Amino acid sequence: MFKMKNPFRVVGRKTTLFFEDIGGFSFLIKNILLSLPGSFKRFHLIVEQMLYMGVNSLPLILVTSIFTGGVASVQAAYMFSDYVPMRYLGTAVGKSVIMELGPVLTALVVAGRVGASIAAELGTMKVTEQIDALETLALDPVKYLVTPRFVSGIIMLPVLTVFSDFIAILGGLLVSVVFLNVSSYTFLNGLKLFFHMRDLWAGLLKALVFGGIITLVGCYQGFKTEGGAEGVGRSTTRAVVLASVMILITDYILASFLFGT
Amino acid sequence: MTYNLQPKMIEIKELYKSFGNNQVLNGVNLNINKGETIVILGRSGCGKSVLLKHIIGLMRPDKGKIFIDGEEITAYNDEKLYHLRKRFGMLFQGSALFDSMTVEENVGLGLTEHTRLGKERIGEVVKEKLRLVGMAGVEDLKPAELSGGMKKRVGLARAIAMDPEFVLYDEPTTGLDPIMADVINELIISLRNTLSITSIAVTHDIVSAYKIADRIAMLYEGKIVFTGTPEETKNTTDPVVRQFIEGSSEGPIPTLT
Repeated sequence: MFKMKNPFRVVGRKTTLFFEDIGGFSFLIKNILLSLPGSFKRFHLIVEQMLYMGVNSLPLILVTSIFTGGVASVQAAYMFSDYVPMRYLGTAVGKSVIMELGPVLTALVVAGRVGASIAAELGTMKVTEQIDALETLALDPVKYLVTPRFVSGIIMLPVLTVFSDFIAILGGLLVSVVFLNVSSYTFLNGLKLFFHMRDLWAGLLKALVFGGIITLVGCYQGFKTEGGAEGVGRSTTRAVVLASVMILITDYILASFLFGT
Repeated sequence: MTYNLQPKMIEIKELYKSFGNNQVLNGVNLNINKGETIVILGRSGCGKSVLLKHIIGLMRPDKGKIFIDGEEITAYNDEKLYHLRKRFGMLFQGSALFDSMTVEENVGLGLTEHTRLGKERIGEVVKEKLRLVGMAGVEDLKPAELSGGMKKRVGLARAIAMDPEFVLYDEPTTGLDPIMADVINELIISLRNTLSITSIAVTHDIVSAYKIADRIAMLYEGKIVFTGTPEETKNTTDPVVRQFIEGSSEGPIPTLT
């Protein structure tokens, strides 16, 4: 039976939980920053995480990127069909991929795969008392578990985004040539026409921030897990949803800052 | 009772801890003496593990203080706590072995991170500790490949790898068959005899308690309501303790919680 909860209570509880989370997040960020210098001593942990993230995400990103580029081409061509010449198709596809589609869609894919798996792994460790065990061995769980993942995230996401950008533009090119009657010469010329390195750097900066968000949220939710296997499932879901929402919100903030006047 | 004359190692004073509306620790007072094995009895969910976690600083109390060797550890910052924990070893109820590491890496983790010993030397120490708990030869296995009893013993090897002064046991025999439970009991006793470790165990396994304890304490409704030797425990007239050790559903302890 669906029982109506007192709406004031629900709102109140959600609000206090929200502020609790902000506090918890801030503490986690502080602890990560404090442990950064030490974590480079255990570089193998970072490399381990980077390999894991890359190997896990790359195949999926390549597949989604081709179609992302394809759809960008098709829809740009449609939008241009009345009044914009096709020689700007490459420009539109290139810019939209590099500035937005590449970083954001890559981040969403990685949030789903890597963010979820981080939350699940750390959540399982939490409910089996492995996090407590680390502390009793006088080891800092943040330094040992979180920071390597965080560093790996901010390095790997730009790397993965570069792959994604490349494959997406390739996908856009293929679709243009095969289905849209635009020659590869026209497309590539358009791509080069208004290309600015600054757009690429901005996109990679977005990716870097997104990488931090995904790993932070995954680790935070993992550490917060309570309640056995069901709790782990909840944390995993929450990590993906929260990371995705934060990516989209931060995307807007960064875009205003990077591309706004 | 010669223990009263020796310097107290751990003093727990008026400890209070609640989770939401649940007042788990309601003014716990307990002193633990150097070198003794004390067993804290209590019903499942009565707060025994919570009390144990306070001793090693995994939890902080709402009110009250804990002193170790005269120093107030409840006032310690994180850095001091980390140093304190090197004097402790803890065996968790589920063993809490790190899934991603082999047995050797698990047992040697403290040594790897906190000492400058070389890999070879650490390997020797690990072998020695595993031999002590009767688990020689499993160094390369992963925790998933071990049975419950094996995990407990590896967990114990990990807890004593850094030669701690104190070892905490959270329900060391729970979930084990009677024979394996006695193996663990024997290990706890031998650790006290050979390494002069102060042991603090929480359990509801009375048989094990009688076997390993120098003193038994009972936690009930958030307070320590009884302390005494195993003999005194068997002969006590306290109705709460009597009901618990006799395993009776009738008596002052409510069963409909």
